[in-house]
Amino acid sequence: MTDLDLSALWVTVQLATTTVIVLLLIGTPLAWWLAHTRSRIRPIIEALVALPIVLPPTVLGFYLLITLGPYGPFGRVAQVSLAFTFTGLVIASVFYSMPFVIQPLQGAFEAVGKAPLEAAWSLRASKLDAFLTVVSPIALRGYISAIVLGFAHTIGEFGVVLMVGGSIPGQTRVLSTTIFEHVEAMEYGQAHAIAAILLTFSFLVLLAVYVVNRRFPIHVS
Amino acid sequence: MSHLRARFDLPLSTFRLNVNLDVPISGITAIFGPSGSGKTTLLRCLAGLERAPQGFMQFGEEVWQDESRGRCLPLYERPIGYVFQEPRLFPHYDVRSNLLYGYKRISIEARRVAPEQVIEILGIGHLLDRRIHKLSGGEQQRVAIGRALLTSPKLLLLDEPLASLDLQRKQEVLPFIRQLHEHLRIPVLYVSHGLTEILQLADRVILMKEGHVVGTGLLNEVFTTLHFRGQLGLHRIGAILNARVIHHDLQYGLTQLDFNNHALFVPIQSVPVGQALRVHIFSNDVSLVLAQTVVPTSILNILKATVVEVREIDQSSVDVVLDIGTPLVASITRKSLMLLGLKLGQLVFAHIKTVALNEEFVE
Repeated sequence: MTDLDLSALWVTVQLATTTVIVLLLIGTPLAWWLAHTRSRIRPIIEALVALPIVLPPTVLGFYLLITLGPYGPFGRVAQVSLAFTFTGLVIASVFYSMPFVIQPLQGAFEAVGKAPLEAAWSLRASKLDAFLTVVSPIALRGYISAIVLGFAHTIGEFGVVLMVGGSIPGQTRVLSTTIFEHVEAMEYGQAHAIAAILLTFSFLVLLAVYVVNRRFPIHVS
Repeated sequence: MSHLRARFDLPLSTFRLNVNLDVPISGITAIFGPSGSGKTTLLRCLAGLERAPQGFMQFGEEVWQDESRGRCLPLYERPIGYVFQEPRLFPHYDVRSNLLYGYKRISIEARRVAPEQVIEILGIGHLLDRRIHKLSGGEQQRVAIGRALLTSPKLLLLDEPLASLDLQRKQEVLPFIRQLHEHLRIPVLYVSHGLTEILQLADRVILMKEGHVVGTGLLNEVFTTLHFRGQLGLHRIGAILNARVIHHDLQYGLTQLDFNNHALFVPIQSVPVGQALRVHIFSNDVSLVLAQTVVPTSILNILKATVVEVREIDQSSVDVVLDIGTPLVASITRKSLMLLGLKLGQLVFAHIKTVALNEEFVE
């Protein structure tokens, strides 16, 4: 691998890590709300969260480019363009990978239900305390799935990255776009190496998710 | 004795919970009624898990909910222990950590119940290092009760804690509930639709029907004087008395009990003198005599009583409610009533053929 490829690997890991952290922070309350609300707008929010699964990445990328660019609503207010920057890329990834974090968390919270929470309250645990010490550990598998899938899906994105981030070495060039550049330049050997890395990584990640789900059942009775 | 005052009006899917309670709380108070009469919802309202829009609730001096002032303490700020129908133990902790979960969350000054004490009363010392899923249903429920007790609650709410257990497991947990009250003096509100449990445990009852409270008071008074007691399957109850052991007569194999200065005799019991014993009297076992008999009789238990009420039961029989310091019901024939010429306020002698211990009134 060349230095350029290594820097792309580094940018990729940074991007995926940051995206997953941001998604856990905003995804936990959102998934909790979705799991327990009786609000009528719930299906609307669920559809919006799931949208990136079916939307062509270029569509999402296009809208984000316009929004984050110098003449978009964000750019005008903040007097700064986030298009073709790492921050812009993180924002785009958060939207793009959102369903892969929210959905496992929501499923886990629904499975946990209200019963352990009420039990914790009856034992003097405040809402946050009860969530951290009782709900999250019981929902642990949901968290593992969310982290792994969110990380892997961010690494696999291409269309959105190209639209919003371009492919600026050291800043916004990630592994998936690097493959594209190598192929464009007819450097098939280097493209092969990175493709193999991504293929192996993706397979191992999914394997891990399935093994974890099967091997460590949490006994709730 | 603490007082509980509560007003809740809450529309539910099939009925409306509409409750206005003002009752003394001491000992074990059973909330009794058929399934779907709103018992659990009432308990959840008392705990703050359901919030009635115009609700009010006061326990002793403390107001926990007063919606006219926009006040409603969340459950975790109320000194309540709550045991649910299912044990709801935390699966990621062992028994010890489950027990100490609440204990660690109250201030040291507030700790009036010690872990060793609870572990001993509930007999769970050998389980402390076990994982939750390795426990039987009865063991899980005992740990759940212990966990609630260790928050040193001022009021313990039990929502049919025996409902999910089979008969044998029930008998495993039941004595502990009685004991824990005797040892720790924490008032208990106990939701149940099982008459047997209530007759063994309760000192007082709150009777519920279709979302309303239809009777409150001491167990014996409510169950003997209630108009619709036939519907509840209580028609055979003559009295449920908390008597005290006075003397053991080894020669004749009898234990003498005292209830309100009345002497009662039962087959000899392995209960120490001075200790309380709950006895049941069937209304069919009570017969009435107008004067203190001079003719010898085989009946040992003869109580002086006043006629309070006569209630028609069917074509041939009536229930006579007597006052012996608490109500006692005698089921006699209509013909006997006529022959005796019983009037309200009349003095009679109740002859009780057998005094039963932990007998089943329910067929």
